Amino acid sequence: MRKYDKLIFQLSREGRKAYALPKLDVEEVKIDELIPAEYISDEELKLPEVSEVDIIRHYTNLANKNYGVDTGFYPLGSCTMKYNPKINEDMVQLDGFKNIHPLQPEETVQGALRLMYELDKALCEISGMDKMTLQPAAGAHGELTGLALIKAYHENRGDTKRTKIIVPDSAHGTNPASAKMAGFDVIEIKSTDEGLVDIESLKAALSDEIAGLMLTNPNTLGLFEREIVEIAELVHEAGGLLYYDGANANAILGKVRPGDMGFDVVHFNLHKTFSTPHGGGGPGSGPVGVKKILMDFLPTPTVEKDGDRYYLNYDVPHTVGRMKDFYGHFSMMIRAYTYILMMGKDGLNRVSDVAVLNANYLASRLKDYYNLPEDTIYKHEFVMAGLKSDLSEVTTLDVAKRLLDYGYHPPTIYFPLIVHEALMTEPTESESKETLDEFADVLIKIAEEAKNNPELLKEAPHYTSVRRLDETRAARDPILKYEG
Amino acid sequence: MYPYIPNTKDDEKKMLEAIGIESVDELFKDIPESVRLNRELNLNPSMSELEVSRYLTKLSQQNRTVNEMTCFLGAGAYDHYIPSVVGHVISKSEFYTSYTPYQAEMSQGTLQYIFEYQTLICDLTGMDVSNASLYDGGTAIAEAAFMAANITRRNQIIISKTVNPQYRQVLKTYAHLQHLEIVEIEDDGGVTNLEELKKQISDKTAAVIVQNPNFFGIIEDVKSIEEVTHSVKKTLLIASMNPISLGILKKPSTLGVDIVVGEGQPLGISLQFGGPYLGFIATKKEFMRKLPGRIVGQTVDVEGNTGYVLTLQAREQHIRREKATSNICSNQGINTLAAVVYLVSLGKKGLREVAIQSAQKAHYAFKQITKSGKYKPLFDKPFFMEFAVTSDISPSVISKKLLEEDILGGYSLEEDYPQYKNGILYAVTEKRTREEIDKLSSVLEGII
Repeated sequence: MRKYDKLIFQLSREGRKAYALPKLDVEEVKIDELIPAEYISDEELKLPEVSEVDIIRHYTNLANKNYGVDTGFYPLGSCTMKYNPKINEDMVQLDGFKNIHPLQPEETVQGALRLMYELDKALCEISGMDKMTLQPAAGAHGELTGLALIKAYHENRGDTKRTKIIVPDSAHGTNPASAKMAGFDVIEIKSTDEGLVDIESLKAALSDEIAGLMLTNPNTLGLFEREIVEIAELVHEAGGLLYYDGANANAILGKVRPGDMGFDVVHFNLHKTFSTPHGGGGPGSGPVGVKKILMDFLPTPTVEKDGDRYYLNYDVPHTVGRMKDFYGHFSMMIRAYTYILMMGKDGLNRVSDVAVLNANYLASRLKDYYNLPEDTIYKHEFVMAGLKSDLSEVTTLDVAKRLLDYGYHPPTIYFPLIVHEALMTEPTESESKETLDEFADVLIKIAEEAKNNPELLKEAPHYTSVRRLDETRAARDPILKYEG
Repeated sequence: MYPYIPNTKDDEKKMLEAIGIESVDELFKDIPESVRLNRELNLNPSMSELEVSRYLTKLSQQNRTVNEMTCFLGAGAYDHYIPSVVGHVISKSEFYTSYTPYQAEMSQGTLQYIFEYQTLICDLTGMDVSNASLYDGGTAIAEAAFMAANITRRNQIIISKTVNPQYRQVLKTYAHLQHLEIVEIEDDGGVTNLEELKKQISDKTAAVIVQNPNFFGIIEDVKSIEEVTHSVKKTLLIASMNPISLGILKKPSTLGVDIVVGEGQPLGISLQFGGPYLGFIATKKEFMRKLPGRIVGQTVDVEGNTGYVLTLQAREQHIRREKATSNICSNQGINTLAAVVYLVSLGKKGLREVAIQSAQKAHYAFKQITKSGKYKPLFDKPFFMEFAVTSDISPSVISKKLLEEDILGGYSLEEDYPQYKNGILYAVTEKRTREEIDKLSSVLEGII
């Protein structure tokens, strides 16, 4: 393919345009009679002048330099890069969903409210919770919402000493960051050698200052926290609440529910478990579900039903307030609900069967070449601790960059932090055995290259649109916009 | 078999053999029996595309859209024209099915459009640096407030009541978490009350937050607010801007704003019942390392070719964990691309034309509606594309009568502003025609 490295600004030519508006059909008034001259800008904007052809070619060329789930295998651990069904996109484009204003009278948006209500109910059933808020914009925003609920719960009881949140050292970075943002102090507890919550460390951390524990189950190592019942009992006995980070929920659909495990509040990532696209970084959606004890604290509005009428309820007695504008990422809710309807109870159960089967199969293919614990059952993902052969000069970064040459998106690297040289791999249910075999063959070949020709890895990638990029330079002398 | 799960029973058998187990159930034996579901989920069985599509189409038809009705409703979400090219570019699945661009060499498309987005936001606002976007206009204000508190080490935020009530609610929710004190300044005839601001501001104030054009559509005297704000050492000015208005209004940088935020929905993002939209934030270079969220920077590869990477990541949660500037871990991805394509489609002339046509038509509508005296202007200040009127008729009656004529009327102000009883805020974009505006005013005229 032709090399393409222009910015849209470099295509600009005086006088070109890609738009046409109807002629103004009301009497034109001089602009400074509408708006006082002192408020009007006398500088011209730098926005480029380009034709529609320029735009389409430019962004098609950029798209060619990108890689999505539609391009190929994308085994990013904890990101659940499953296929994004095309019907989801079609449903979002329906006029009755796409072109409705959020502040329309309720009687003109009954279909939208009904969809939200039904999604709320479906997510409650899947999670084992009693009520959802669909407001959170993303997983991290769900965490912040859940923590706000935990905070409000303790405050409402006058239990103001509870200022600390426990987070395992295997947790996603958002967990401690969200806890801090919600005004808590973070207590990090060590994991066992196997990578599970260390019960003794947990006991030592518990006190009447603990507001709650945040846990991902299965955790970021792809391991199910087998002691979850005891963990929940310990936290509850100490007066704390349990927060379920739903990042890894793809492993447990129809198998076990956070609500039944003892969690009080949970978030789902619709962009992971429920097939809404990741969009190159967003928008996501992070609905939060709660048990009855937290229902009175939910953000407003919630979506309710009265007879045949659906409505927005602003009357929540101890609400934490509003977490975002309007009602959340509605178009993501449409996609997720489409997916839930398509898959049904049987299909969702099968999702977790195959997601877990795929992970265990891929791990079994790689265990002789990459460091993996013996005889472990994984859930939806597994974490390899780098190459098995002791090649100090070849790192996980090199393996990942070499994978780019073979046309695969690499696994998540250097996370979780507790695994040395981590390659966190999540195949999802979307991949066939052939894809997994081809990927395993490539990783095995890379392991051989690492032995025989380490330079090939150190200098990778060779075939991408750019070679290895200098991140240090980018951070040292930041260039964050085009200066022309 | 399911359309999105390729493995067959035969594949499954081979895979189980390779793992060395008999059944898939064995892979779940680590889940304690006492908590297992051991029943089917209480959901419908799987359905075909045709059935799902039929059902959801039916739900969608229970909504009345802005294509069936003429929309004069704004108050934070606007019915602007979206060029066709926007939808086509954001539908490219190399963009929308990709993840956050952690593997830069394979994500140059995403990284470059974010770099272009940052450049465009800096151009519109006149600021030095923009991040890769935030969730929406409300959370952008909350993030900016946290940022200001962090920079100044102070914990009081002053916000004008002329800022969108929803944004203020979000700010209050966030502020409570970190014990920030929120002081609201009453409006004075539809604009921020400068005298009250002078009284409230002190060396405890981290930031003053205003919106321009404000919630009532009125153009605030940002320069005077800036003078009061900066009369106190270190206190920052945060302004939430309608990006379309920046097609004609002075850049916030020239007005001395320290952090510019706003709702990017008007930039080519459909209304979709409130989301997902796009929050933007831009600031001065000195505060660059205090910004929340993703930032893309330009660099070179080993052969000296230009490329783009996520940068300044030492601010972020995946590196800094509890010491991060924010917990945010996504940006609005594909919506930032929509904003980029919208802005480059319009270009410098087009954005100005959209702003001017909206202003012209809004002023025409204002003139028509207030002509007979039945509807009186609520304020007498200069406005951009939204204006408030009041009358003796209750907003619910007006709304109902307009709906009967397929008109989606304005936003009733009295719930958020009890002092403006019967006040209604109308928005007029460049999409409205003279005929539609005339119809609105004649229907309004006929309401008893």
